[in-house]
Amino acid sequence: MSSDFLLRRLLIAIPSLLGISVVLFTVLALAPGDPFGELVTNPNVPAEVRLALRASLGLDDPIYLRYFRWLWAMLQGDWGFSFVSRMSVDRLILQRLPTTVAVIGASQILAIMVAIPVGVLAAAKPYSMFDQIANTFAFIGFSLPTFFTGLLLILVFSVQLDWLPIVYSTEVGGSGLTYIWNAVRQAIMPVTVLGLFQGASLVRYVRSSVLEVIKLDFVTTARSKGIGERKVLVLHVVRNALIPVVTLVALQMPIVFGGAIVTEQIFRVPGIGSLLISAMLANDTPVIMGVTFVFSCLVVLFNLLADILYGWLDPRIALR
Amino acid sequence: MMMDETELKGLLSKVRSGRLSRRGFVQRMAAVGVVAPLATQLLAIGGVAQAQTKSSYKPTKRGGGGALKVLWWQGPTLLNPHFATGTKDQDGSRVFYEPLAAWDPEGNLVPVLAAEIPTRANGGLAADGKSVTWKLKQGVKFHDGAPFTADDVVFNWEYSRDPATAAVTSGSYKDVQVEKIDQFTVKVIFPVSKPFWADAFIGVNGMIIPKHLFKDFTGAKSREAPTNLKPVGTGPYLFKEFKPGDLLTGDINPNYHMPNRPYFDSFELKGGGDAVSAARAVLQTGEYDFAWNMQVEDEVLLRLEKGGKGRVHINESGSMEHIQFNTTDPWTEVDGERSSIKTVHPTLSDKAVRDALALLIDRDSVQKYIYGRTGIATANYLFNPPAFRSKSITDTFNVDAAIDILEKAGWKKGADGIREKGGKKLKFVFQTSINQPRQKTQAIFKQACQKAGIEIEIKSVTASVFFSSDVANPDTYPHFYTDLQMYTTGPSFPDPGVWMQSYLSREVCQKDNKWQGRNITRYRNKAWDDLYDKAEQELDPIKRAAMYMELNNMVVRDRAVVGVIARSGVSAMNGKLQANPSGWDSNFWDLFDWYKDA
Amino acid sequence: MAGSTLASPSVDPAAADEAARAGAVRPAAAFSPARDAWRRFRRHRLAVVSLGVLSIIAFAVVFGPFIWRLAINDIDFAAQLKPPSLAHPFGTDDLGQDILARLISGGRISLAVGLAAMVVAVLVGVLVGATAGMSRGHIDAGLMWLADLFLSLPQLPLLLLVIYLFRDSLKSIFGPEGGVFILIVAVIGGLRWMPVARLVRAQFLSLREKEFVEAARALGASRLRLVVHHILPNALGPVIVAGTIDVANAIIAESTLSFLGLGFPPDIPTWGRVLFDAKDYLDVAPYWALFPGSAIFLAVLSINFIGDGLRDALDPRRVM
Repeated sequence: MSSDFLLRRLLIAIPSLLGISVVLFTVLALAPGDPFGELVTNPNVPAEVRLALRASLGLDDPIYLRYFRWLWAMLQGDWGFSFVSRMSVDRLILQRLPTTVAVIGASQILAIMVAIPVGVLAAAKPYSMFDQIANTFAFIGFSLPTFFTGLLLILVFSVQLDWLPIVYSTEVGGSGLTYIWNAVRQAIMPVTVLGLFQGASLVRYVRSSVLEVIKLDFVTTARSKGIGERKVLVLHVVRNALIPVVTLVALQMPIVFGGAIVTEQIFRVPGIGSLLISAMLANDTPVIMGVTFVFSCLVVLFNLLADILYGWLDPRIALR
Repeated sequence: MMMDETELKGLLSKVRSGRLSRRGFVQRMAAVGVVAPLATQLLAIGGVAQAQTKSSYKPTKRGGGGALKVLWWQGPTLLNPHFATGTKDQDGSRVFYEPLAAWDPEGNLVPVLAAEIPTRANGGLAADGKSVTWKLKQGVKFHDGAPFTADDVVFNWEYSRDPATAAVTSGSYKDVQVEKIDQFTVKVIFPVSKPFWADAFIGVNGMIIPKHLFKDFTGAKSREAPTNLKPVGTGPYLFKEFKPGDLLTGDINPNYHMPNRPYFDSFELKGGGDAVSAARAVLQTGEYDFAWNMQVEDEVLLRLEKGGKGRVHINESGSMEHIQFNTTDPWTEVDGERSSIKTVHPTLSDKAVRDALALLIDRDSVQKYIYGRTGIATANYLFNPPAFRSKSITDTFNVDAAIDILEKAGWKKGADGIREKGGKKLKFVFQTSINQPRQKTQAIFKQACQKAGIEIEIKSVTASVFFSSDVANPDTYPHFYTDLQMYTTGPSFPDPGVWMQSYLSREVCQKDNKWQGRNITRYRNKAWDDLYDKAEQELDPIKRAAMYMELNNMVVRDRAVVGVIARSGVSAMNGKLQANPSGWDSNFWDLFDWYKDA
Repeated sequence: MAGSTLASPSVDPAAADEAARAGAVRPAAAFSPARDAWRRFRRHRLAVVSLGVLSIIAFAVVFGPFIWRLAINDIDFAAQLKPPSLAHPFGTDDLGQDILARLISGGRISLAVGLAAMVVAVLVGVLVGATAGMSRGHIDAGLMWLADLFLSLPQLPLLLLVIYLFRDSLKSIFGPEGGVFILIVAVIGGLRWMPVARLVRAQFLSLREKEFVEAARALGASRLRLVVHHILPNALGPVIVAGTIDVANAIIAESTLSFLGLGFPPDIPTWGRVLFDAKDYLDVAPYWALFPGSAIFLAVLSINFIGDGLRDALDPRRVM
């Protein structure tokens, strides 16, 4: 691991991001549909208006021209305008960034904070009562889709008990403590649903990789040296078991930006995921392009970070 | 059922002289199948003053109602009414912008920015039906304090008709001329006499944007106006914040032009989510006061209503769920297109097959078990406005009759249970957009067909593709590359003229016109075309209505199309909220009158 | 051995000691590896039970229609939303259709899609991950670029594009059901191999530097032998977890795909689809959701334990 390596990897990231952007743009341009769904069935809108709209958005130009136009603007920091709302794409994203970070970020953190200790403890005593319970929840967590768990929570906590609101709004009433309480209250269900879903698979991975490590010779050696079980677990096992976990977390972190489309839809969380899905349904190419491109930058960045972390977790890994 | 002209004139003179009440007239007309909007227009043309619709607004002072919170499962994405891509944008714009007049649920015109509705009596309507003169309300101010005048009205006409603006409202403005008579009078001139004059400056296409903020942003520059995202109108609420697709908020307009209005101190529209959970938030938990467009099985709504926090409101609308029969062959490609008018459908071209299929639609079950209160089973294509509703189509569901027809026409069951004749099997692909009630309707139809020995392959296309004008995609409904398809359209204001173009030969949808034609079934019938053209020139509203009924009867009897369900506007509202959504205008047509009972 | 944590529920110490001696050196060639694996597998009690459960489910969905003869699309409005009874052991849905019959018929597709998509994802993932992990430099960078690209692709437009490009040609070659099946498996598998690839690569990076690999390399083992016999078995833990999670994801994803018009026609009641249809009736007809939900849960659970058992069986180092 050297600064030379880091520099080289960062330099490689530029052409690879460019390549990704070309593919993204091509996929979006070729994908069927256009931004004027409802206009089509409205008998009062003349056909020439629809055609003029397409032309004014440049939808009839060749794909490579549209790509270079996008790239050139992007290089100058111009993210373009949404076809649908005519608002600039960076503004649309920024409007939704705080909510996304708050809700999805919180659920990611929750998932990691819960999954790692639970996974480690479950693996430390496999097939114990604790392990069985943890496993059952994990299986339920990823067998049931979020549209289902979300609805279940709504029925119990909003409809039956009337404790939590169904709708997540950025305009919660109140001030001071009331405001904070309102803001937290409405985030409980979406964060739980997402946290459970993401945490569930993570628990399984952590458990499995701790199990792999725990039986390796050096762990037995450490034990035979009389080091306490807890210390063995934390110092020797977890660090070595973290490689797959780091990989997974690196894979999941960009989701903070990509959003969680289904959960955002159920609770009406105005995050980037819901922006992305409505943009996709409306074929609003500049918005999809903006969001996915930032998303792919994060994917590349976090995977790079993971590579660097591997070296720290296991110094024998030498990436050149 | 037709009423002749002399009889009508007699009735009109009775109203004028006071021997028959307006109400009585409308009722008499309804009895012969003329709906309120048209009847009131008849009164107007006949020189009878428009009755002012009585408002039931109770609050005696402006404000004090707290916050009005509404849910739209698709939030507005832009706030310029001339660019509205759908109902959501029209509704969002309507919070801030207002037209000269609005359509109430019964189809009456209600003045908003107009001082009065033009009539023959007040000189607003020309005797030849070629012009309308509007008197504007005086003293109305835009939110920034600028006065609203005739210049603003004329500007909206210029703005919308400019092809470079590509305004979606241009259909209402491109063929008329608008003149300013004085500061508060405007004249709309038609090239020919118009039996249905109430289009420009009315309802969803009529919202007035201020000239002083938009005059520098017309034509090609129109999309850059900063006001597109920060509306300044005359409406009951002042713009506060807008997050496209998510949130729209407003504060009370302290200078609103109607007394004691609005009732609420602030306005919040939250977008996103799905219809069922929106209904929950209104009916079950009471978090919100109003939710729009509840496209949900009635059974679910009934259950949610038991929550006791609110009620479901149903109003008449023009929407018609219908099944189209392809007259061309969707499986053979000719000159680069399928469903080309150079082909005929291999099996559907047999009238017996189409007749049998029409008998296999179990509309009553579809209504009873899927749409419930929110739809009315009908085989008509043209159902609303009721003035144009034919009573002579009496198709019913009858599997035995369908089998009988097929047997007589020589379609015999093969070894696999599917009927065939001359090696052609009765197998059809039936497409629609992805939508729970539609898939259930498909399932019910499929089962009936199975009993009659017809195999239906169900295909569902995601709505964003199905309803798009994408030339390259074969799955859009205008391409119609399947045997049958089902979706909803309808006239958006109380006149079917434009909408009925869907069966004109010259409107056939094909490659040559980039599938932009309105005639999706590719139905071609000279007699139909001639009758349509005659109807469009017919000045007598009653004769015209009869012609439209005949046009409906022809396409339905020829089985180019059959109706399934006439769908109503459905909204969920808080038990205390008083609002009156209209199927002929925006949900917010009377937002100024919304209030909550104490 | 004492103090070492048992990785398996059913290890009895005497046998373990014996096995430890046998396992210290590689098993003799005389002793069939398949039989050995089966012996190890049988030791994992939960795995054996799970194999039984999965066999029952598979048997039910394959032969069920011959025993339970109610039609899946027999609409009967008189029997709407009836709770479980003798006539309808799993109750009926809102069109009065028998849920048991629907689950049996849909289960074939759900299980087949789930397993096939998992196999595709795991195979591609292991192949790419192992290749990247063993090679260095350009191949590694290129493959990881590919993974990043696939991670960044916005799924909805991509799926719409795939339907648009391939549906009709696949349908004409493989028939309507076969074509859709291939398409779905390819799409789900093709969009889910990246985490497996990244996990396998991370494990490989670490494992290839371990002493036992060094030792084998020093003994002149070929690269392929190193991978197949020494590194891969040790990297299987996360792969198996990923595999089971993929089965669950694929079953659910299939139902999501049908909302894009990519899945099977809407009248084919796959498990995910039935679960989705049931969600709005969760408060009045909980059984409607309970049965498909449990079916997915049971299938995923048993596949997971079978996976655990397989790992034990295939891992020669495991003490049993």
